Amino acid sequence: MTPNPYLFIVIFVGVALVFPLIPLALAWLWRRFFQPPKPGPDKTSIYECGVESVGDAHIQFHSQYYLYAIIFLVFDVEAIFLVPFAVAFTGLPIGAFIAILVFLLLLVEGLVWAWGKGCLDWEH
Amino acid sequence: MTEPIDERLRSELQQHGVWVTSMQELYNWGRKNSIWPLQFGLACCAIEMIATAASRYDIARFGGEIFRPSPRQADLMIVAGTVTKKMAPQIVRLYNQMADPKYVIAMGACAISGGPFKQGYNVLKGIDRYIPVDVYIPGCPPRPEALLHAFMELQRKIDSQKLSGADKAEHLKPEQPSEFPVPLFGEHDLESSANPGVFHPPEIERA
Repeated sequence: MTPNPYLFIVIFVGVALVFPLIPLALAWLWRRFFQPPKPGPDKTSIYECGVESVGDAHIQFHSQYYLYAIIFLVFDVEAIFLVPFAVAFTGLPIGAFIAILVFLLLLVEGLVWAWGKGCLDWEH
Repeated sequence: MTEPIDERLRSELQQHGVWVTSMQELYNWGRKNSIWPLQFGLACCAIEMIATAASRYDIARFGGEIFRPSPRQADLMIVAGTVTKKMAPQIVRLYNQMADPKYVIAMGACAISGGPFKQGYNVLKGIDRYIPVDVYIPGCPPRPEALLHAFMELQRKIDSQKLSGADKAEHLKPEQPSEFPVPLFGEHDLESSANPGVFHPPEIERA
């Protein structure tokens, strides 16, 4: 009699659970019987290359960074599409040429919008 | 722990294809062959340390090629170079942040004593004033072979560490500290010029 084909998935899940649990259990046993844990204020403090850390590590980045992300995206997408466009330039029909120009126009529009918003100014 | 197995019996068994070991030997064998050093260098000794890690000297042969950028993952601190008084608190703090068991190699004349800058105002006269050092390497800078030799000495030390008993390894004793006081910047010098619990200067004998 052939076993249920899904039996292997059950075995697989079992192995996937046991495999990481064994080292964890061994580490726990090792700690319990041999090596006493030695936490301390320095040892548990935030690692900052040896310098005393200032403030909390779980800080939020300011959402204003989305502007830089958008500008990055503009140039990034532009580069990705411009390179194949330039390679295939001589063999392109006029329709494709116009399509890529429209696409570039959209990206330039985004850049102009960002420029107008003043996020190309480094001082802000 | 039970009595260690008789060496003659062990070699007799080995000739018949039976390999007998103990928990302690297995544990130390695993530890000594994968010592991960903390990745940092302080001065010219670091160049020699980099050469040791590169292909010509190849510290990977001893299982120490994985230089970790985080003290949480490192077993060994190679103090490679001049420890200035500005840097000393950071070194001690990094040592404190390493997980047990941890070892220190003081590499070069500066790290072990201050070296040519010993009489100066801004160089620590040996990192062993604040943290326990396992292996000292003299030299200015020591050659990569010297660092490899120190590495092998450290492996020998790890191999001889006991798992139980009164003379068991330091990191297994609950009363042994895992971190040491970080020196503070004083007005003119580091506050507390040495940790008396760690630093035992040699007695000067005068005739």
